[in-house]
Amino acid sequence: MYVELKNINKTFDGFRASRDINIGIEKGSLTALLGPSGSGKTTILRMIAGLENPDSGDIFIDGVRVNDIAPSERGIGFVFQNYALFRYMTVFDNIAYGLKIRKQPKEEIKKRVTELIELTGLTGMEKRYPNQLSGGQRQRVAFARALAPNPHLLLLDEPFAAIDAKVRHELRMWLRDMIHKVGITSIFVTHDQDEAVEVASQIIVTNNGRVEQTGTAREIYGRPATAFVTEFIGQPAVIDNYGRLKGFEEEDGFTKAVVRPEFIEAFKSDNSRFKHVIGCSEEGTITDIMFRGTSLELTLDVGGIKLSTHRSLERREVEIGEKMRVIIYRLFAVKGDEVRLIENEELKKQDMHNARLESYLYSQDGYFVM
Amino acid sequence: MAQNTKEKKKTDIVRILLIFISLAFVAVMLVIPLVSVIYNSLRKGFAFYVEALSGKYVVSAFKVTMLATVIAVAVNTFFGLVASWALTRFSFRGKQILATLIDIPFSISPVIAGLAYIMTFGRLGWAAPFLEWLGGLLGIEIKIVFALPGVVLATIFVTFPFVSRELIPVLNADGTDEEEAAALMGAGGWSIFKSITFPRIKWALLYGVILCTARALGEFGAVHALSKTRGKTFTLPLEIDALYLSGDQDSIVASFAVSSILVILAVLVLVLRYVLEYKAKSAGKRR
Ligand SMILES: Nc1ncnc2c1ncn2[C@@H]1O[C@H](COP(=O)(O)OP(=O)(O)O)[C@@H](O)[C@H]1O
Ligand SMILES: [Mg+2]
Repeated sequence: MYVELKNINKTFDGFRASRDINIGIEKGSLTALLGPSGSGKTTILRMIAGLENPDSGDIFIDGVRVNDIAPSERGIGFVFQNYALFRYMTVFDNIAYGLKIRKQPKEEIKKRVTELIELTGLTGMEKRYPNQLSGGQRQRVAFARALAPNPHLLLLDEPFAAIDAKVRHELRMWLRDMIHKVGITSIFVTHDQDEAVEVASQIIVTNNGRVEQTGTAREIYGRPATAFVTEFIGQPAVIDNYGRLKGFEEEDGFTKAVVRPEFIEAFKSDNSRFKHVIGCSEEGTITDIMFRGTSLELTLDVGGIKLSTHRSLERREVEIGEKMRVIIYRLFAVKGDEVRLIENEELKKQDMHNARLESYLYSQDGYFVM
Repeated sequence: MAQNTKEKKKTDIVRILLIFISLAFVAVMLVIPLVSVIYNSLRKGFAFYVEALSGKYVVSAFKVTMLATVIAVAVNTFFGLVASWALTRFSFRGKQILATLIDIPFSISPVIAGLAYIMTFGRLGWAAPFLEWLGGLLGIEIKIVFALPGVVLATIFVTFPFVSRELIPVLNADGTDEEEAAALMGAGGWSIFKSITFPRIKWALLYGVILCTARALGEFGAVHALSKTRGKTFTLPLEIDALYLSGDQDSIVASFAVSSILVILAVLVLVLRYVLEYKAKSAGKRR
């Protein structure tokens, strides 16, 4: 492990911002700290950087315990949440600052800064001040400034928060490619799961000062380890009387359940593709239709339970108030902090081992079932 | 439509009335008295004006005023920087109390400040035994009250909060991220102050210094309590008072002449202040 946090605790005026944090990060990986606002992500990042000291626990970077090593000696590049660019310095001077502090020769500073300006596509902006740049350009300057002194570890606090939604996606890809190109171990903080999933190879989910789960995006989506992760990841609908749904029986103590849109299929009752399984479906009424660009999001009322699902634009038109047949393939049942994946029993009986599941969704002659 | 025009006329009248009242008030309360100072100072001709200003007492008062002002501004600039730094960059017990204490000179009458210093540093004051001991040690007589150190101390007291008052909001508003970023890259405290903090606060600092200077030049009450020797420890405001109270025609005109110096200095300060506010505003756009 390149970066390791062991049993870290941190309290601010009696408020426990970090509770027994254990984290391991591999060399060369790009890790996301994902969690709601106030869950302690920034605190973790700042403790790694040395801007904050843990009350207890050890921090290791490259095998060395760094608790007592000064922030500037830890070999870290830090991109602050609002970039914290030096507003009275030009782009060039911003990037050169860390090198000047290290008293490097002028020639070398110039060479390194020019190199970074080219790498980050800021050529021509050298003489501008931060207030003369767009959000994306500022991010690039902050990135270049953090990389200038050749750190071994790059920490980024909500690097996309100040960016317009429109260019955010593009910048995420840019940053991911850039980090891979430079090959630097990186940790970034975000409260946006799309961002974490798109950019990171490993995700650490935080909540309430704790680490809830660590894993790849797929692991966290597929096997949420705690109640919190189950209710935080994806687009969950939390319901509390899932025993009423066909194919599900309330398991002992698991009173609450989480259903995601992709666990649900809603089809018109005359859809022949689903005729084998119509017996395991419920009746649901469309209460809302939202256009999502590439698909529709339907909100359905299934016997008083509110569920939502996505529907391809290629399929037949639906309207608000229309009665649909609704199948729920599976759901996550929650008891305390325990999570259990429950499959639709009736559907299983009809379709052993999900043999035909694929064909419910995709027809042979066209992509989607009408 | 008709309703609208009527409404408009009404607000027009209100506007003109308010502007007129403000202007009239400023004219009666400020402009006319100040012009009359200049006018009266030149009533006996320019030669008399120059003569009045080069009198022994006036020159001494000018020197004392400058000395007190320079020291007070230097001390308070340093103190203001330290205090505002401490108040905005560290959290400690009693922080709020310190912030409130710094503002005391704003709310207390300067005369009381003068008297308080007499009670502290005077012959019967608390600090008297210590001063005597220190004086004995150094082989000199340390005199604070009714001497130049008293004048300087009084001036420092009344101009205490000006610099920190200007700096604290700026330091608070900008946060510490940039400083942290610099520290992470290995910059030391002085280098951070010089390259990151100072450029951000310099206009506010200068503005605070100007206000501090203006107040130091004009202080009367606190200094009056601590300074009793004309030609030695009198400042310009005290000299003006003395000249005026002496009663004969020449002295009164002379007192106006001396006043005109302070008026001119005040106008200079005003102009500087205006320029600085303008500069600070355009610097403020750099965000
Ligand atoms: N310097 C501080 N002083 C007091 N409380 C703090 C400080 N830094 C963070 N906190 C508190 O710790 C909690 C976690 O903060 P933070 O790590 O910034 O969360 P996140 O980055 O996940 O939004 C918050 O409730 C915040 O108020
Ligand atoms: Mg944060």
